Amino acid sequence: MNNKNTNKESVSFGKKVLSFVQNNSVPLMFVLICIICIPISGFSVSYLVNEIVTRMGRNIFLILCLLFPIMAGMGLNFGMTLGAMAGEIALIFVADWQVWGIPGVVLAMILSIPFSVLLGMLCGKLLNMSKGREMITSYIISFFINGVYQLIVLYMMGPVIPIKHFSLKLPRGYGIRNTVSLLNMRQCVDNLLAVNIGGVKIPVLTFIIIALFCLFIVWFRKTKLGQDMRAVGQDMEVARDAGIKVERTRIISIVMSTVFSGIGMIIYLQNMGNIATYSSHSQIGMFCIAALLVGGASVDRASIGNVFLGVILFHTMFIVAPSAGAKITGDSMIGEYFRVFVSYAVITVALIMYETKKRKQKSRLGQQLAREQLEEEKK
Amino acid sequence: MINANIPLLELRNIKKDFFGNQVLTDINLSLNEGEGLGLCGENGAGKSTLMKILFGMDVIRETGGYGGDVLINGEKVNFATPFDALAAGIGMVHQEFSLIPGFTATENILLNREPKKTNVISQVFGERLNTLDYNEMNGRAVAAIEKMGFSIDPNMVINDMPVGHKQFTEIARELSKDKLKLLILDEPTAVLTEKEAEALLESIRGMAAKGISVIFITHRLHEILSVCDKVVVMRDGYVVKDVPACETNVTEIAKWMVGRSVSTAANTDIRELSDAKTVMSIKKLWVDMPGEIVRNVDLDIMEGEILGIGGLAGQGKLGIPNGVMGLYEAGGSVEFEGRPIPLNSPRSCLDANIAFVSEDRRGVGLLLDETLEWNVAFPAMQVQDKFLRKLLGGLIKWRDEKAIGEVTNKYINELMIKCTGSKQKARELSGGNQQKICLAKAFALQPKFLFVSEPTRGIDVGAKALVLDALKKFNREYGVTVVMISSELEELRQVCDRIAIVSGGRIAGILPASESSEEFGMLMVSQVK
Repeated sequence: MNNKNTNKESVSFGKKVLSFVQNNSVPLMFVLICIICIPISGFSVSYLVNEIVTRMGRNIFLILCLLFPIMAGMGLNFGMTLGAMAGEIALIFVADWQVWGIPGVVLAMILSIPFSVLLGMLCGKLLNMSKGREMITSYIISFFINGVYQLIVLYMMGPVIPIKHFSLKLPRGYGIRNTVSLLNMRQCVDNLLAVNIGGVKIPVLTFIIIALFCLFIVWFRKTKLGQDMRAVGQDMEVARDAGIKVERTRIISIVMSTVFSGIGMIIYLQNMGNIATYSSHSQIGMFCIAALLVGGASVDRASIGNVFLGVILFHTMFIVAPSAGAKITGDSMIGEYFRVFVSYAVITVALIMYETKKRKQKSRLGQQLAREQLEEEKK
Repeated sequence: MINANIPLLELRNIKKDFFGNQVLTDINLSLNEGEGLGLCGENGAGKSTLMKILFGMDVIRETGGYGGDVLINGEKVNFATPFDALAAGIGMVHQEFSLIPGFTATENILLNREPKKTNVISQVFGERLNTLDYNEMNGRAVAAIEKMGFSIDPNMVINDMPVGHKQFTEIARELSKDKLKLLILDEPTAVLTEKEAEALLESIRGMAAKGISVIFITHRLHEILSVCDKVVVMRDGYVVKDVPACETNVTEIAKWMVGRSVSTAANTDIRELSDAKTVMSIKKLWVDMPGEIVRNVDLDIMEGEILGIGGLAGQGKLGIPNGVMGLYEAGGSVEFEGRPIPLNSPRSCLDANIAFVSEDRRGVGLLLDETLEWNVAFPAMQVQDKFLRKLLGGLIKWRDEKAIGEVTNKYINELMIKCTGSKQKARELSGGNQQKICLAKAFALQPKFLFVSEPTRGIDVGAKALVLDALKKFNREYGVTVVMISSELEELRQVCDRIAIVSGGRIAGILPASESSEEFGMLMVSQVK
């Protein structure tokens, strides 16, 4: 008797483990990759921790921006690139005006907001016209706006928009150089209040900012607007019937995402210490989304926990893969190749898993019908 | 004070037509405070249209408004949107659930009417940043659930709920509105278990005692009799009966619902085909077609007959052909001419020479942006290699435009399809003519067996007769077995030899078409769930 009971328990326990593995297959896979690669790479623990802490400070704010559109049911916002561009434009101006240090960072953040709001509204309006295809649309919009950004930065900065400093301009006299140095504000946020624990530099202020943002998100979920966003995200028609302004709510969620990603990009760039004018933003959306997905998020569900776990796992892989790759194959390029490949693979897998889950749900209803019929016959 | 002589709701001479198609004629109704009104009628009798008018739905305005007056407490009202109706104290529980799946019952009950607390940020950025007052929300939800009298867990997420509890959540949502005076329930018991349905009826009685009037639409007639004060029966857009519930019974209501004068319709040449062999045998079929679920259906179809499948909407009659043809997930077994047909595989049905005219003309039936020629010939070309010329010993297949044109013109003449020519686009035809193209398409396959689903839906009387005649002729001349699915019993009785009635996803009975309407009416409501 007793034996039977424990048997049953172990069966249900086994089932639980299986469903846990199935539901968390992506994060578990990355845990596995990291466990294998860390010893091969030969990095010391303190070096690894240092690197991860730095990257957490650099990236988490940006990734948190993705939570708003997911909440509103608009999927992964590839359009966060728009906010990144707004942040870069603001930083270019601030660099030209030679406002450095913390005041420069704050000024850039404030300056980026109007650009972000405009771009976010445009993006939101377009996404409202293409409901159900938000992700591909936002992806293409980011390419389109990248063109506009290049037009402004490459041709209009100088002749139309006054840029004083030669160090910023291309030798031909207009347009911005490939790299804008932010040496005078490099890591100024990170270094303020920084604490050194056992050789690991912890950027306390950056983490305080991130913590405040997390608190804001938790609080925001409890507001009327947050509640409306969740309602709209789950069923637009029901929300509309209840009198919620669906279109407006969706636009607000994209605008919020864009504004915060502008601010996040400024935090990111002050840590890097320079702007790669024409490429900094181009892959940021993809890397952020990949990190979020690695953390176990899906197209319609993501939490702050997913963000933190994702950043740690994804960037651990980022750090150790090139070195591990080099050790194994003798070619350092293989690791570089590997991490880009993995980013795209993770996004593809996540998108496919989302669709198959939906389909499974559908056929489950049919199976239930069949079962009911069988039971009926037994009676 | 409300004068006791003025009814809460009064409808006077309500008329409504959709583009010349009269669906409601001179509807007069009145309902007092605290009264229950049971509304019944076959599909297409005009019940939902009437409720849409009452609830101020957009469709009504978009299709040209309505005639007559709606009076609430003796005052004429005209609702521009459902929100106006809500403000006037009318609540409606729809047939389809209108709930947010990932929210708790409480969140759904108070959706967009949540009590809020102000804070510093909201004073700067606007009231949408007020935080929700969860304590107050719980209080109100619990109060609404108590008012309903059936206990559901306010903190349970909708997704985890049994279907019945979802229905109760919707009712609680309406009850949580302070102003509610009139509650419209559109087939609320359709998804409930017997016990839950009983609880719902109890709670309706409770509402009446609290002074809330109820309009109760259902096909379960005994429920109407047990909770309503009066019964209104509609048929073809007219109110045919308006009687106190205590003066009638289920048989009478069923008769009123379907009863046309029996002599007008009825097939004049019903054939007894009892000695014919079985051509298709369906066993233990289940079909997961949303809204038309089929459960455990056994059905034998004789060679050469016209079999009708009738029943009320949502009972599963459409699920049968869609399941057999593989358009929705299905299980069980189907044998055709002694050979098993695999389910969930449309192609194998077509290969076995079974054709299907879908009820979904625009979605499944037609290539809207192609010519009539293409529409008629496409399936025959794809499935049977017809209208193709083979070159180089079949290596290259070439479309035979001439043959395609000929066959299309033949059907245009036979079915009297109104068009500018065989090269016109299908989209440009009227609904009735599109339906005829769908038929021509099936005829061009020269099938041995034909499923026709709702062939006359949304087409006018003249076209209806023509379509029905064409089907009959096709059956008689070529000996094709036809299974026709229709919501209109009279139409089935004109064409079919036998009629199977589906109720609650099962076959409730098969009768010869000569049987009286009342018999069919009783079958239709026999197992309604």
